[in-house]
Amino acid sequence: MSQCLTLTWRGIVKLRRHPASLADVVFGPAIFLVLFVYVFGGAIAGSTREYLQFVLPGMLGLMTLLATMGVGTALNQDIEKGVFDRIRSLPTLRIAPLVGAIGADVVRQVVAIIALLGFGLALGFRFSTGPLPVLAACALALGFALALSWVWVLLGLSLPNAQAVQGLGAVIIFPLSFASNIFVPTDTMPGWLAAFVQVNPVRHLMDALRGLMLGGPVARPVLITLAWMIGFVAVFAPLALAAYRRRSLTS
Amino acid sequence: MQKLAIEAYGLVKRYGEVTALDGVDLAVRTGTVIGVLGPNGAGKTTAVRILATLLRPDAGTAAVLGHDVTTAGHQVRQLIGVAGQQTSVDEDLTGRHNLRMVGRLLGFSRKDAAARATALLAEFGLDGAADRPVKTYSGGMRRRLDLAASLVNRPRVVFLDEPTTGLDPVARGALWDRIRALVAEGTTVLLTTQYLEEADALADEIVVFDHGRVAAHDSPTALKRRLGTQTLDLRLADPARVDEAAALVTAVVGTVPARVGERLSVPVTDGAMMPAVVRRLDDAGAEIAEIALHLPSLDDVFRALTTQKELAA
Repeated sequence: MSQCLTLTWRGIVKLRRHPASLADVVFGPAIFLVLFVYVFGGAIAGSTREYLQFVLPGMLGLMTLLATMGVGTALNQDIEKGVFDRIRSLPTLRIAPLVGAIGADVVRQVVAIIALLGFGLALGFRFSTGPLPVLAACALALGFALALSWVWVLLGLSLPNAQAVQGLGAVIIFPLSFASNIFVPTDTMPGWLAAFVQVNPVRHLMDALRGLMLGGPVARPVLITLAWMIGFVAVFAPLALAAYRRRSLTS
Repeated sequence: MQKLAIEAYGLVKRYGEVTALDGVDLAVRTGTVIGVLGPNGAGKTTAVRILATLLRPDAGTAAVLGHDVTTAGHQVRQLIGVAGQQTSVDEDLTGRHNLRMVGRLLGFSRKDAAARATALLAEFGLDGAADRPVKTYSGGMRRRLDLAASLVNRPRVVFLDEPTTGLDPVARGALWDRIRALVAEGTTVLLTTQYLEEADALADEIVVFDHGRVAAHDSPTALKRRLGTQTLDLRLADPARVDEAAALVTAVVGTVPARVGERLSVPVTDGAMMPAVVRRLDDAGAEIAEIALHLPSLDDVFRALTTQKELAA
């Protein structure tokens, strides 16, 4: 346990020493938010103010998608650079490096969520529910990110280098995020796309987050999102752990 | 206390079609330094990774201080230190952070980990750079930090995989000193190298790897004796007197030197030949511009070992 904490600490120290990666997490969403709200907002929603209300929960969802990629690239880099071997040659739990990577990522996500919500509030976003639902929304986003991070762990362990992880990551994330209701309501999309949106797990996450932050039906989308999360973990955690064991013993 | 710090029997490791290790036996006595010598791809790294519990052998068994590396990996990891061919320190962290992290992972308290880090940084001459991120370090500093990181737990057996490859002579010398200090404390060291010179300087015994097999296992002196010779190379300040010098060298050594341009090169069996040659040339008033006694190169080692095998067959 303390080994996992130590490795999480390492992730945090790195984050502090490596302002670029923190900037990524803090300013990335802020820049996206400003661009979307002031470039597209008027055209999409009629006014930037109204669009901000719509898109901020979306940004929270998008960020969880983007930020989880970090686990994959971080693990991959550790393996490539030999840090993985260093840790494995110590009498540590075999699973510690993995838990450490995920732990550091949770910290990153929390920083990112606080930054995004703070920035949104500064621009004029207002919650229409109470503090508890908002906290629940943050927890749900974080939980979704954690469930999804197993996919990245698998990719990080299976692909040859960090660039490949990022490349493949973009291919997966862009369709999932754009073909959803993150940025726009989906009623104007053609039938085939709307069909994809219907099955896109991100859509349900979005509905749940909007419900929790702005009001509206919550129970159904939250349950569907939780079901997806369980699905992700059930499918990808065993695969990722198998890949981890393989990589631990044969390479 | 075990007499053997490292023992391995019939280690085999295959990567698909490639057989990296093809039945390797090793025995290293406690408190000694063994040099594993071989070219790239001879299986040195694979052997180290198996002994350091980072890799499982396909066949064979190995034990470190009596603990089996496949079934008692955790015990083995408590007793060993590993510095890989590739430095395995976190580039984004400072030297101090790296060592503290290793200490914490080993279960040291915060205070002990910090104290151990400070001590090692001083010991390895890294105190000045302790709080800089590792990516600003030179190659030699990285290697030293990596070695320090593998010593945090005061290991009894240390594996060093090509610790000086790619280092300049000064950095190499500094690392050799650290390795000698380690040995003086009673640590058993297994080091792999591509340089006969390095194995000769550090090791009590040398194992030569070739294509995943042990081609020879001997003391450096015996190995060199098997190889026969060292080479004396010299060049005169005045190239016109090269014939005269060749005659003088022949008279001293008893062998006619080979001539490469202005350079004379002659095999010698005795290190005392060099001062004798120098005296003789000096008496004749022939000024020497360059003179050196060379150990056989790794190429020579392999040529000699494979020829011996062919002769024996």
